[in-house]
Amino acid sequence: MLEEILKKYPQHEDSLIEILLEYQNKKTKRFITEEEIAQISNYLGVTESKVCSVVSFYTFFSTEPRGKHIIQICKDVPCYVNGRGNVLKTLEQLLNIRIGETTKDEKFTLEYTSCLGNCDGAPAMRIDGKTFTNLNPNKVKAIISEYRGVN
Amino acid sequence: MEQKIVSKRFDAINPLSIDDYLESGGYKSLKEALKRDRINIIEEIEAARLRGRGGAAFPAHVKMMGIAKEEETTRYIICNADEGEPGNFKDRQLMEKDPHQFIEGMVITAFAIRATKGYIYIRGEYDKAYSILEWTLEEARKKGYLGKNILDSGFDFDIELRSGAGSYVCGEEFALIESIEGKPGRTRVKPPFPTQKGLFDKPTLINNVETFANIPHILEMGGDEFAKIGTESSTGTKLVSLSGNVNNPGVYEVPFGVPIKEVVEKLGGGSKDGRKIKMVQLGGACGPIIPEYMLDLTIDFDRFEDFDSKTGAGAIIVMDERFDVFDVLLRVAEFFEHESCGKCTPCREGNLQLVKLVEKFINRKATQKDLINIESLARVMHQTSLCGLGQTAPTAILSTLKYFRDDYLDLIEHPEL
Ligand SMILES: Cc1cc2nc3c(=O)[nH]c(=O)nc-3n(C[C@H](O)[C@H](O)[C@H](O)COP(=O)(O)O)c2cc1C
Ligand code: SF4
Ligand code: FES
Repeated sequence: MLEEILKKYPQHEDSLIEILLEYQNKKTKRFITEEEIAQISNYLGVTESKVCSVVSFYTFFSTEPRGKHIIQICKDVPCYVNGRGNVLKTLEQLLNIRIGETTKDEKFTLEYTSCLGNCDGAPAMRIDGKTFTNLNPNKVKAIISEYRGVN
Repeated sequence: MEQKIVSKRFDAINPLSIDDYLESGGYKSLKEALKRDRINIIEEIEAARLRGRGGAAFPAHVKMMGIAKEEETTRYIICNADEGEPGNFKDRQLMEKDPHQFIEGMVITAFAIRATKGYIYIRGEYDKAYSILEWTLEEARKKGYLGKNILDSGFDFDIELRSGAGSYVCGEEFALIESIEGKPGRTRVKPPFPTQKGLFDKPTLINNVETFANIPHILEMGGDEFAKIGTESSTGTKLVSLSGNVNNPGVYEVPFGVPIKEVVEKLGGGSKDGRKIKMVQLGGACGPIIPEYMLDLTIDFDRFEDFDSKTGAGAIIVMDERFDVFDVLLRVAEFFEHESCGKCTPCREGNLQLVKLVEKFINRKATQKDLINIESLARVMHQTSLCGLGQTAPTAILSTLKYFRDDYLDLIEHPEL
């Protein structure tokens, strides 16, 4: 799959972030391995250490395997003052993991994120590419059972 | 109190329909602009006295004129749609609810400064806005508002969409440029400024989404008319992102000069459940925290500068009496600790220390010496950090040291409380 994605992009350094984003999004475990870093650096003609520095700089990229769905809960002030704490507690209980961890069945990873730009619907979270707003414990339960059901 | 210019089409048109945009007067300004003398367009913006809406409030025409005079003919224009400042969501709405408007502004500006290519750098979390923009750019190309020989004027210009990957500092202009170039988002030392040596070392104009969104309206109504809106120092309107403990959070467009209190009470419907407002943070995490009695302050770039911080992006975060100053400061400090790029020492080490010091206050372990330390550290960071992130990271702390000093003293003197 990586090769197919690479072919779509010009062999310039400035394609790097785009490639990493697209590839990681399509991978089940949402992470980038050393071999893949080598392959990308080879294609773009940049050093491996350069690719590594980009992977480690941006929060979106991971070198550790993660769950199929990434749940990101917003940790900034507008969400904090609108009951973000309850949402996090509900998620940790439902999934039986703490923030930063992945469920045993490798279905969910729970992470913090900076403001999602949805503070008018605080508290907010993002699952993969979708943002959910005006959360409360019941709403969170419904969303998680939907994701569980789908797969 | 509201005055809708850049938000006038919000919820009134189908954002995915270019026909809706055209029917409501869209791309008219571009048509007119293509017939005008390029410098004359920049002069119109000068007459409007438009200042950047991304936070720094820099006069828009100065950067445009600077680039127009460069000898290099490969020139880039970038729309900064990174909007990572906590509490801000107006650019997202501009992109989701009226996406052609700021793109029209970009094309007009590109024509005026003879830019050869444009980029929109959009934050990675804005998935919906990203898809809308992909669609919108394609529609604009199909109808000849983008691409080769735009509206038969002989002017070629196209825009590429680039996504961020979860880094706040990439909203800073040189960090953003580095990110588009495919590198970690670490700023460069200025000068040279981006208008001289920016993206791929070519002259580059960077403006915020809202800044570009104003351009078609300035050409339509004329710079002088535009300058009549707002105040002497800050012309036009401002999109305000109102959030926190209010009844009606959301984006509101008001002319500059309106008191913050009116936005909170009249548009925001006041605080939730009638609780007393304790404090308000202006601008976002990088902005000052002020007490309720200061809400008569008006929304005005120069007012914000009184705090020695650039908080013109227009967030208002309301917090009621249930919340403690230090709990809020901890969130702010942790945010900057996480987002610091680590390039310079005052910011990299300073933010770590700020988190520790704030925690000390929360844990009732702070001494008089910690108070002195937090104050001097905050000042040093403000004065010696390399980019705006480190310079504004301590703003919230400095402002609370001024307006909520008793909260600090209480914790030192009465550790048992
Ligand atoms: C840490 C940091 C983050 C910034 N984030 C943004 C942002 O998300 N959007 C934005 O338009 N400007 C942001 N800015 C300001 C930009 O550096 C720049 O001033 C702005 O894009 C210029 O556009 P304007 O003149 O239209 O405001 C940021 C600045 C700093 C220091
Ligand atoms: S101030 Fe902070 S974010 Fe800016 S260059 Fe220094 S370390 Fe990086
Ligand atoms: S603070 Fe949570 S979405 Fe903005």
